[in-house]
Amino acid sequence: MKVENLYKYFGSLEVLKGIDMEVGKGEVVVIFGRSGSGKSTLLRCVNFLEDPTAGTIEVAGLRLEGGHRGHQKREQIRQVRLRAGMVFQQFNLFPQYTTLENVMLAPVEVKGVPKADARSIGMDLLTKVGLADKADEHPIRLSGGQQQRVAIARALAMEPEVMLFDEPTSALDPELIGEVLSVMKSLSTDLHMTMIVVTHEMGFAREVAHRMMFFNDGVILEQGTPDEMINHTKYPETKKFFEAVL
Amino acid sequence: MKTEPGAGVDRPSAAVPAPPPHGLARQVEDFNARIPFTLKVGLVWLAIAVLIVLGFSQGDFDVQWMRDHLWRITKGVWVTIFFSVIAITMAVILALVGALGRLSKNSIAYGVSGFYTSFFRGTPLIVQLFLWYLALPQIGAAFRPPINEYFIWTAQVAGVVGIAFNYGAYMTEIFRAGIQAVPHGQTEAAEALGMTYRQRMRKVVLPQAIRIIIPPTGNEFIAMMKDTALIGLLGTTLFWADPFRVAQLDGKSDFRNLEALIMAALVYWALTAVFSFFQRRLENRMSKGYVRGVQKPAGSKAGIRYMPGSAGGGPGGGGMMVEMPEPDDDGPGPETGGQGH
Repeated sequence: MKVENLYKYFGSLEVLKGIDMEVGKGEVVVIFGRSGSGKSTLLRCVNFLEDPTAGTIEVAGLRLEGGHRGHQKREQIRQVRLRAGMVFQQFNLFPQYTTLENVMLAPVEVKGVPKADARSIGMDLLTKVGLADKADEHPIRLSGGQQQRVAIARALAMEPEVMLFDEPTSALDPELIGEVLSVMKSLSTDLHMTMIVVTHEMGFAREVAHRMMFFNDGVILEQGTPDEMINHTKYPETKKFFEAVL
Repeated sequence: MKTEPGAGVDRPSAAVPAPPPHGLARQVEDFNARIPFTLKVGLVWLAIAVLIVLGFSQGDFDVQWMRDHLWRITKGVWVTIFFSVIAITMAVILALVGALGRLSKNSIAYGVSGFYTSFFRGTPLIVQLFLWYLALPQIGAAFRPPINEYFIWTAQVAGVVGIAFNYGAYMTEIFRAGIQAVPHGQTEAAEALGMTYRQRMRKVVLPQAIRIIIPPTGNEFIAMMKDTALIGLLGTTLFWADPFRVAQLDGKSDFRNLEALIMAALVYWALTAVFSFFQRRLENRMSKGYVRGVQKPAGSKAGIRYMPGSAGGGPGGGGMMVEMPEPDDDGPGPETGGQGH
């Protein structure tokens, strides 16, 4: 997927200042930086949860420009979203459905998958994230880590080309972070999923990421392989950030 | 020289506390404190009732007349309930459409719903009822028969429609607030999965909103039952007469207005008391899901209470009290009518 020349203003506040980014198939990119640097905004522009002020997004061959809103645009946005799954910091599971129903809902409603097929796909995914036994529980009964894993399964059910993770472990108690990160790792090693992850988990980045990007003040200040970034930073800001985090 | 704290600082003369009561005064106070508050309140009510009854019995008060007409007046309760059920059903539909309109980016939807809520909240209910009953036929006169006859409604129909439109306007705010109370993350998750607006609303947002909307709607129903008394004022037939209408007719013809109206008032009072009791129980049941800690053990058959927004982590997640956001002020006209709400 590609991001070209992306700008995003919130009113008069320029949050994204001309971002260019390319992510290859199967690549895992970790984006990190201070809060307010724009990294979440960038992620949310990819599936148009935020509408870019200017620039182009390309996901799995679909190109879409930011900036204007029309009827056709809505359908095109939907098409992009079908190719990009998202996992939120706050999980956002649907409380009135069981976990299995949460996973099944979108394929049945949006893609018209027959319920029986959706059910087996759902159980399969829940097994993959290690929660098959919780299929008939409601989210309220699950721990944060379990909910987030269900959220990952829910996004995977739509068979996306790329998975977007918006600080997936930031709302979790420390002992629950590991289970989510290991699921994410298996997505890369087992499924070779293309992933863009906004996170502070440097351990995860070091292990799983192919590329790390340091976001600062609306621009990508530096990027490179984990080894390059952690050991050979070029910019002082990056160094400062690492010192604070590692 | 050691200074004491406060020494040298001007202090207002401290009031010397009164000595605690002792002897008989103390005994009375203790006795008073031991009686449960509720019992005392009950006695106060009893005293008020006795005073009222004594007061009435001084004048020309015909209890026998009341006994004779009790059945006629109480029978009207069925009419009240019937009208209210029909009206609330219509009002719910209007409120849902209205709320979606208030939340819409479409200028037509927003404009029409804004006009609707402003007008029907900004004018007295009684005026609206008469508009439906008397004004509509006049508009119909502009058309040729048989079309013009569609504009002529009976008092019952005009009354129920009028109440439905009026309450629908107020309930629009309730519905709007309920929909907005569903955490935005839910909408985002549904959008990220590729759902259309309709799919989102039907499957994710509205089911959660309904849970928030039900208790205030119950309150609206109770208020509505009282307002149905106004329908009789349009001149319903005896078959469709609510307790107030019956009391009016019978009371006037026998010059027993006080007896008749008191009975009607008591009937409505009892009606609202009964429904309020169930309403409170309903509210308790609905709020169970909002308070952390009231969770049944795993495997329990009792319905799992879900909390909108609790299926999310982070600050405020998992057990927050969901508050209804303040409704907007959308223009001229009082928001809550002086109509017994």
